[in-house]
Amino acid sequence: MDFNYSEEQNLLADSVTKFIGNDYSYELRRKRTATADGFDRATWNTFAELGWLAVPFSEEDGGIGGGPIETMIVMEEFGKGLVVEPYVSSVILAGTALKVAGSAEQKAELIGGIIDGSRLLSLAYFEPQARFDLFDVNTSAKKDAQGNYVINGSKAMVLNGGTADTLIVSVRTGGGQRDESGITLLIVPANAAGVSVRSYPTLDGHRAAEVQFSNVSVPASARLGEEGKGLAVLQQVADTANLALCAEAVGMMEKLYKETVEYTKTRKQFGVAIAVFQALQHRMVDMFTLHAECKSLLLRAVMTAAVNDPEARRNISALKYAIATKGQKVAHEAVQIFGGMGMTDEMSVGMYLKRINVINTLFGNGDYHLQRFMAA
Amino acid sequence: MDIQFKPEDLAFRDEVRAFLKEKMTPEIKNAVVGGHISKEGMIEWQKILYAKGWVAPNWPQKYGGTGWNITQKYIFENECAEAGAPAVVPFGLKMVGPVIYKFGNDEQKARFLPDILQSNVWWCQGYSEPGAGSDLAALKTKAERDGDDYIVNGQKIWTTYAQLADWIFCLVRTDSNAKKQEGISFLLIDMKTPGITVRKIDSIDNQHSLNEVFFDNVRVPVANRIGEENQGWTYAKYLLTHERTAIAGVPQSKKAIQSIREMARKEMSGGRPLIEDPVFCAKLAKIEVDLMALEFTELRAIASLASGAAPGPDSSILKIRGTEIQQALSELSVEVCGHYAHALNVETPIGNDYAWAVSAKYLYGRAATIYGGSNEVQKNIIAKSVLGL
Repeated sequence: MDFNYSEEQNLLADSVTKFIGNDYSYELRRKRTATADGFDRATWNTFAELGWLAVPFSEEDGGIGGGPIETMIVMEEFGKGLVVEPYVSSVILAGTALKVAGSAEQKAELIGGIIDGSRLLSLAYFEPQARFDLFDVNTSAKKDAQGNYVINGSKAMVLNGGTADTLIVSVRTGGGQRDESGITLLIVPANAAGVSVRSYPTLDGHRAAEVQFSNVSVPASARLGEEGKGLAVLQQVADTANLALCAEAVGMMEKLYKETVEYTKTRKQFGVAIAVFQALQHRMVDMFTLHAECKSLLLRAVMTAAVNDPEARRNISALKYAIATKGQKVAHEAVQIFGGMGMTDEMSVGMYLKRINVINTLFGNGDYHLQRFMAA
Repeated sequence: MDIQFKPEDLAFRDEVRAFLKEKMTPEIKNAVVGGHISKEGMIEWQKILYAKGWVAPNWPQKYGGTGWNITQKYIFENECAEAGAPAVVPFGLKMVGPVIYKFGNDEQKARFLPDILQSNVWWCQGYSEPGAGSDLAALKTKAERDGDDYIVNGQKIWTTYAQLADWIFCLVRTDSNAKKQEGISFLLIDMKTPGITVRKIDSIDNQHSLNEVFFDNVRVPVANRIGEENQGWTYAKYLLTHERTAIAGVPQSKKAIQSIREMARKEMSGGRPLIEDPVFCAKLAKIEVDLMALEFTELRAIASLASGAAPGPDSSILKIRGTEIQQALSELSVEVCGHYAHALNVETPIGNDYAWAVSAKYLYGRAATIYGGSNEVQKNIIAKSVLGL
């Protein structure tokens, strides 16, 4: 058992920590979320130059050969900085789908484009009725006489769907709406005829989109992976996404308890810093403890996932359940202890709360994962 | 970062398993039931561990430790709990032993450590007093110099297994004028010394493990003082920090989850086994998630110890969460057993053979969040030493 980072991992952690600490203020983030794209393309290019967009990809795909541990290192720091660039949607979600199921040509074109920052991809996996069931897919794709897929239906809450040049879409090519087989992944240009995208902000300052497909035609070569077997790919994407999102949440929890502690040392009431009140001290100790617990579960899940341990999926569910309960608790406590200031849009505390809540719902909430944990 | 067991770790696990399979008798397994202990059973088990060289994995090798790495310690603790082996009695091996090898002189090490390792001497802990619980430094038991001796007067309370003990390690006041933490010394006292009286306290589990210990002009050689006079608080804090890392009890709680599952397979509720009740299962699952977190928190703490860091105040987390989880599990055990959990301790089990000890364990377990520095005191420690509040 070894809990130490390798030299390369230490270097990666240092570079992300420095960037977030020096060049990614909350003020800047607020300006970025107010732009049309909802993020900063120059910063995205910086991420590419620093090699962060290459982190989870193998060396033969042009990446740095990182895995769950390296992704955790990046995401924990991104959490602290509330990074709003489309890392999760493009690198983690679309990137994992391509990594798992892509052909050599698809990988060369699209993973290459993700890594150098020239392409932005989104994964359109969710439909309004599906809640957390990745297999609940109504959007259909039927083959026409030329062998093209013709897509009809709508996808919801497509993360960064408004800025994506390419969508990876889960469609039904066989079976009924809730069958586990018969799901296929298709790569669709966002500007293809019949695709309409309605982008909107989400409460965490990120962007999502409702996407409609009306007789959208793509060639058979647009298929990602085997026909009808897309669910297994989506499940791997969901596991990877949950690890990344939980790492982000753990980074936020650390920032929340530390900022709360610092705030109470400066905020005076009754003539003293409120840090001296035992009622508040014990609540902050609880925040510290909740963070330590989630960090431990994160390491447990990441370290088992890194070696494909059969327990990994169960560990991920334990982690997600813990983030949903303990993560939210830490954010609520921070808002409470910051008092009126915690209620303002100006302070980052409230934004951490909102982002944690979004993370909790993406790819299964606490109850969903507690049930999956129990069933495993 | 790497979580996998190496081939040599797996070989070590097999060795531990084979050892436990050979040595674990029903008498030893039953040496601890509820909060009640059989001294003979415990000593037999600890002597077996000693003979194998495995009784004090955390001690430095030169004093009789095993020299195991963290993975081996982890494997050993887990296999022992899995096999139903009782945890060693902590007072000698986990508390006073480390204080003696860390702060004692050579003569004291030679005199006391071998008997601790061989379980020839049963120790108890003289810390709490009627007026000094969470505020331990307020202790009043006084030791006054008289030539080469101290004369000790006062009272200790909540002294676990004092009725079985040969020796007691005590915090005593040697300077009443100094700041309260600065006038305390650490004495080792033979329980057979004239002037010591032990009075039992019946606890809420209807068992006898707690005692009051009275000191009436008890003569203790100065040679029995550990370290410097008036520096006892430093040694006491060292001991408490060590006690806290051992207190998490993760392998025991894992075992408790297993036995709750087994009981819930046998107990019926609404016409089906309780284990099929989703509300019950969710309760158990939530505790299991907490335990999984605690297990890794402890591994992280041990790993940082192994890389040379001293046990820090964040070991308080292990105490807080470890004891909360122990209590949650003991509460659930009682719940699982339903009505038969109410039968008072008797020699022969009434009802199901597993139900009769759960209430005693639950009741005695309420002490877990009180002893070793109450959980509220642990929070004060984290607030001050870790968060800088």
